[in-house]
Amino acid sequence: MAVAEQGLLDIRRGEGQWVVVATGVWDISTLPSLDDAVRKIAPDRGDKVRIDMSGIDKLDSAGAWVLFRLRQRLQDEGYDADVEGLRPEHAGLFANISSAKDVPELQKAKFRPVLHMLEHVGRRTFQMASEARDLLSFFGEICFAVAYVLTHPRRIKLVPVINQMEQVGLNALPIVGLLAFLIGVVLAFQGADQLARFGAEIYTVNLLGVSFLREIGILITSIIIAGRSGSAFTAQIGTMKVNEEIDAMSALGLSPIQLLVLPRLLALILVLPLLGFYADIMGLIGGAIMSMFVLDISVARFIEQLNGALSMWTFWIGIIKAPFFAFVIAMIGCFNGLKVAGSAESVGMMTTKAVVQAIFLVIVLDAVFSILFSYLKI
Amino acid sequence: MAQQALVTADQQREAVPEPVIRVRGLRNQFGTQVVHDNLDLDVRKGEVLGVVGGSGSGKSVLLRTIIGLRRQQAGTVEIMGRDTSKLTERDAKDLRAQWGVLFQDGALFSSLSVAENIQVPLKEYTKLSRRLMDEVTRVKIVMTGLPADAAVKFPSELSGGMRKRAGLARALALDPNILFLDEPTAGLDPIGAANFDQLIGTLQQSLGLTVFMVTHDLDSLIAICDRIAVLIDKKIVVGTIKELLKLDHPWIQEYFRGPRARAAFGE
Repeated sequence: MAVAEQGLLDIRRGEGQWVVVATGVWDISTLPSLDDAVRKIAPDRGDKVRIDMSGIDKLDSAGAWVLFRLRQRLQDEGYDADVEGLRPEHAGLFANISSAKDVPELQKAKFRPVLHMLEHVGRRTFQMASEARDLLSFFGEICFAVAYVLTHPRRIKLVPVINQMEQVGLNALPIVGLLAFLIGVVLAFQGADQLARFGAEIYTVNLLGVSFLREIGILITSIIIAGRSGSAFTAQIGTMKVNEEIDAMSALGLSPIQLLVLPRLLALILVLPLLGFYADIMGLIGGAIMSMFVLDISVARFIEQLNGALSMWTFWIGIIKAPFFAFVIAMIGCFNGLKVAGSAESVGMMTTKAVVQAIFLVIVLDAVFSILFSYLKI
Repeated sequence: MAQQALVTADQQREAVPEPVIRVRGLRNQFGTQVVHDNLDLDVRKGEVLGVVGGSGSGKSVLLRTIIGLRRQQAGTVEIMGRDTSKLTERDAKDLRAQWGVLFQDGALFSSLSVAENIQVPLKEYTKLSRRLMDEVTRVKIVMTGLPADAAVKFPSELSGGMRKRAGLARALALDPNILFLDEPTAGLDPIGAANFDQLIGTLQQSLGLTVFMVTHDLDSLIAICDRIAVLIDKKIVVGTIKELLKLDHPWIQEYFRGPRARAAFGE
């Protein structure tokens, strides 16, 4: 390559003639400086125009396009615009790109903020409505599948259920235990701090016991499990959807609901109350240790105080909620997994959605339970 | 006899000055399983080289090694006279602008539209104005035979054939010197595959491309490949179909003399 890597555009005028002379390298690296000059070429009316390409050493499709566009424009404006000196090896390029002029501009919709916002709101409203309907229909499908399995007990496959129980239950023990313990510590410390002001330190134990057993233990567990297992359900089923495994199942006459959704659902319903109980215990241990150090309440005293503060119902109110939370988390996780469409990006989007929806619904459900229990005066 | 044909290939090779890709003594292994051992290969400027071999013979591994997605255990890969293992980060980037790769299923970025996919290399490597970049994108879309409305579509909305064309458009975005194709016609219907062959043939001629094509499609081997590289026994044998037919290696004989090959040859 003796020639410098440069493209040149020269215009020779004279005696009613315009010659556009392109020389050197016309490729994607030299075009940024050439393109504007090419666009500005505007010959005098009535002149003859020629495009001389004999001096071009290197031409790529982008360079060919810029020259082709020039010729096209000049011809549209009524000039002859003959091309000269086109090398035979470059001729194919022109043949290839000649129809590019028919491609419409890559559409960039004009940005209209108000309209855009309105459209967005409308679209999301419809989306939410249709999603709610889909979720309801999914709930119906689950009910049918449960009914079917109950009437055909041999259809129940225990191995996947146990496998899922290990994944969502056993493997979650460390994180659930640690977080519940830490929250017990924090709660005891904050409670002691406030209650000490009117000398009621001992009621830290009541505060801790009641709030943990009724609400916090199961809520924390559910939120962790929604983040940990709800997302996993969506990602697992979603990836299978992308790989067309779900379609393969249906084609083989297997029901994805029975094979994928029910085991996860059942496993979580069985495991979440146990995890909630475990979180309660860990939280109380955290609180007891904190009370021992900060308030000098011995473990025996702690237990005695706790015994007086709690009834059996305090415990049951927490645990009763667990299967419902489990159902919501598993259903939302599987539902979003089955809604994955097409791409890897969709898996990520649906996973995020599943976690947010599951946590949201768990808290809403918890509020509903609170109202219900206050009516029942428990 | 095998030796003889190889010698003629070597002699031809000497007549051609500098090969675009030169592989010497390449060794690839996974654990104890050796895929390539002491493999030599030259790809000449402006040729279409078809790479064939049985399943698991390391066709894709070879392609991945040449484009630097995989580091070889031994041997050298030189592309346009530069040893790929001894490049600085910057030189490696410059070199990558010289080639385009079409992966098996297009490997389009799923979160970007077709036009945006084509613009990824353009934005990374060129200083084109917004307007010219859009025009160049349209040129690529037309060149690869995609319909005009495909530009704004997302990969998940395209058929398999269109995804391959879009992948090719992205591979050609920078007008590379070398084009690597991994099974370009796999999964296409015969008409689509024939069109794709023709497309690669025309593009190769008009752009002066060197094409390295892993394929199993006998029709495309016959239609557009100048030479064929056969991966056997961890090495490579290169030649035109006629030259290869003279070799009496059982795999080659079976491959080029089997019923499908006979049908492709029109015998």
